[in-house]
Amino acid sequence: MHNLADIREPLILGEKSYADITHDVVSPIENKAPKGWYILLTISAIIAVWGIGNILYLIGTGIGVWGLNKTIGWAWDITNFVWWVGIGHAGTLISAVLLLFRQRWRMAINRSAEAMTIFAVVMAATFPGIHMGRIWLAYFVFPIPNEFGSLWVNFNSPLLWDVFAISTYFSVSLIFWYIGLIPDFATIRDKVKSPVMKKAYGILSFGWSGRAKNWNRFEEVSLVLAGLATPLVFSVHSIVSFDFATSIIPGWHTTIFPPYFVSGAVFSGFAMVQTLLLIMRKTMKLESYITVKHVEYMNIVIIVTGSVVGVAYITELFISWYSGVEYESYAFLNRATGKYWWAYTIMMTANVVTPQLFWFKKIRRSFIWTFILAIVVNIGMWFERFVIIVTSVHRDYLPSSWSMFYPTWVDLGVFIGTIGIFMFLFLLFARYFPVLALNELKSILKSNGEKYIKK
Amino acid sequence: MADKVFYALYNDDDILKDAATDLVAKGIRVNDVFSPFPIHGIDPIIGVKQTRLAIVAFIFGLTGLILALVGMRYFMIVDWPMNIGGKPNKTLMQNVLAFIPITFEFTVLLAAHGMSLTYLIRNKTLPGMPATNPDPRTTDDHFSMKIVLSENSQFSSEEVENMLNGSGLVELNQKDI
Repeated sequence: MHNLADIREPLILGEKSYADITHDVVSPIENKAPKGWYILLTISAIIAVWGIGNILYLIGTGIGVWGLNKTIGWAWDITNFVWWVGIGHAGTLISAVLLLFRQRWRMAINRSAEAMTIFAVVMAATFPGIHMGRIWLAYFVFPIPNEFGSLWVNFNSPLLWDVFAISTYFSVSLIFWYIGLIPDFATIRDKVKSPVMKKAYGILSFGWSGRAKNWNRFEEVSLVLAGLATPLVFSVHSIVSFDFATSIIPGWHTTIFPPYFVSGAVFSGFAMVQTLLLIMRKTMKLESYITVKHVEYMNIVIIVTGSVVGVAYITELFISWYSGVEYESYAFLNRATGKYWWAYTIMMTANVVTPQLFWFKKIRRSFIWTFILAIVVNIGMWFERFVIIVTSVHRDYLPSSWSMFYPTWVDLGVFIGTIGIFMFLFLLFARYFPVLALNELKSILKSNGEKYIKK
Repeated sequence: MADKVFYALYNDDDILKDAATDLVAKGIRVNDVFSPFPIHGIDPIIGVKQTRLAIVAFIFGLTGLILALVGMRYFMIVDWPMNIGGKPNKTLMQNVLAFIPITFEFTVLLAAHGMSLTYLIRNKTLPGMPATNPDPRTTDDHFSMKIVLSENSQFSSEEVENMLNGSGLVELNQKDI
C-alpha cells in the first residue's frame, strides 16, 4: 500500500465508487451525444474536407503551389511537421515518463493525451509525405531491395533517422495506447445494452477477461513499454532537431538543439493537452476526475519547460555573438531585428514571457487563464519553428538571393486542414472511446479518492 | 467425471484478498481471480508466478540491435560504400556513430512490438476472441474468485461452499461441468 501525505489533494473528487467511475465514462458512450458535439464534428469535418482537398490539389499539381522559392525551400511544411510532432510529445511523456516516476495524477489524463499524441503524429507525418511531391514513391525512404542496382537510403542522414524515429514513435505509442484500452473496452462491452455496441466493443476488447495472470502481465508490459518509450520520446525530438542541427546553415548549426527542441516539444504538447482537456472536462462532465490539481500540475510542467526554452533562446543569442562567427551573429541579429522581427517578438512573448504568469498560484489554478495561456503557447510554439526555419534560410550567402516567404492559400489550406482532421479524430475518440483509463483510476480510488481519504 | 466450479463474487478487492488468504491457509487452491483492475498483492496469495515478458522484451530488443547493425553494415559498408565528403567509411567502427540513432530506434521498435505481440498471444487476447469472465460485473465493480472442486479433492462440495459463504462474498454461483 502507498502512503499519502496529508497535504496531497485528492485526485478523484466526490463520493465516487468503482461503479460510479464506470458509469461516468460509459454513459456518454451509450447515450446520445450532446448537440455541441455534432456541431463541432460538422465544423471540423468541413475543415478536414477542405484540407484534404488542398492536399489532393497539391499532390495533383506539384509543390510549386506552395509559396516556396529558390532560397526558401523549407517553410510551412517543415514548420507544421515540427509543430505537430512537438504536440505529439505530451501523451507519451504523460503516460511513460510519469508512470516511471509513479505520478498518479497522470491516470486521469493519459488516455486522451495519448490519443492526442497519435493523431498529432499522423498529422505530422503528412507533411514530409506531401513534401516529397511524388507521394506514391514514399516507400523509397525504406531500405528495401530494389531494381535500381544497390541503391540504398543514406543511413548517415538525419532525414532518414527521422523516418525511423517517427515510425517507431508512432507505432510504439499506438500499441502502448491500445494495450491500455483493451481492459477498458472490456468494461464497456460488459456494460452496454445495445447488441451492436456489445459486438463492436467485444471485438475491440480482444476477449479480455481480467484474470489475475492477465493483470500480472498487463502491469509488466505497461512498465516495460514505459521504460522503452521514455528514451524514445527524448530521442524522437532530438532526431527532429538533427534535421537542422547537422546542416551547416547559420542559425541551424547548433549543438543546443536537441535538449532545446525536446523541452519545446513537451511545452507545446502540454499546452495542447490543456486546450483539449479543459473543453472535454466541461462538456463530458469529468470535473471529478480532471481537477484543478491536475491542471496545476500540468501548468507547472509548462513553466519548467517554457523556462528551459527561454534559457535556450538567450543562450543561442549569446553564443552567436560569443562564437565570433559573423554569419552566425548575423543570422541571430537578423532574426531579432530583421524583416521577421514581428515573428521573433511573438515567439519571445508567447513562449518566454506569458507562461511566467503561471508562477502566480491564482493564475495557475484558474481554468480560464490556463485555457488562454495554453492557446498563446500553441501559437508561440508554431512561430518558434517558423522563426528558426524561415529566418535562417531567407538571407542566403549571396544578397542577390535574399528572399521572403509568402504563404499561398494552399499552404494555409493544408495547415488549417490538418487542424480540422486532428479535431475530427479527437472528437470521434471522445465520443466512442473510454476517455479515462478506467482500470488505472479504479486502482487509485482507495488511495487518492476524496471519499476514502476523508475517512 | 463430474466436476464443479465455484464463482464467489465480492464487491471489494480488499475483502477478496483477505478471503483468498484465509482460504489458501485452510488448504484451498484458488484457480483464478477476475477483477476490473489489478489487485496488488493477490498474485503470491493465489500462486500466480511473476511473468517473464520483460525477458522477452530484452531478447527482442537484442535482436533489433543486432539486425540494425548488421543491416547498416551491409548497406553502407559492404554493398555500396558512399564517399560523403571523404568521411571515413571503410569499416563499421569508423561509421558507427552515424548509425546509433537508427540502431536505438530499431531496438525499441522490435522490443516493444515483440513483447506486445507475445503479451497478446499469451493472454489469448486477440481480435475476435470470446470473453471468458464469469460475470459481466467483474469488469465493472465486482471481483470474482474461481475455485474448481477437482483441484480441492480433499474437501467435499458442501465444505467448499460453507467456507466461501463465510468469506464476506456477495454472491456464490456454482456450475457443474
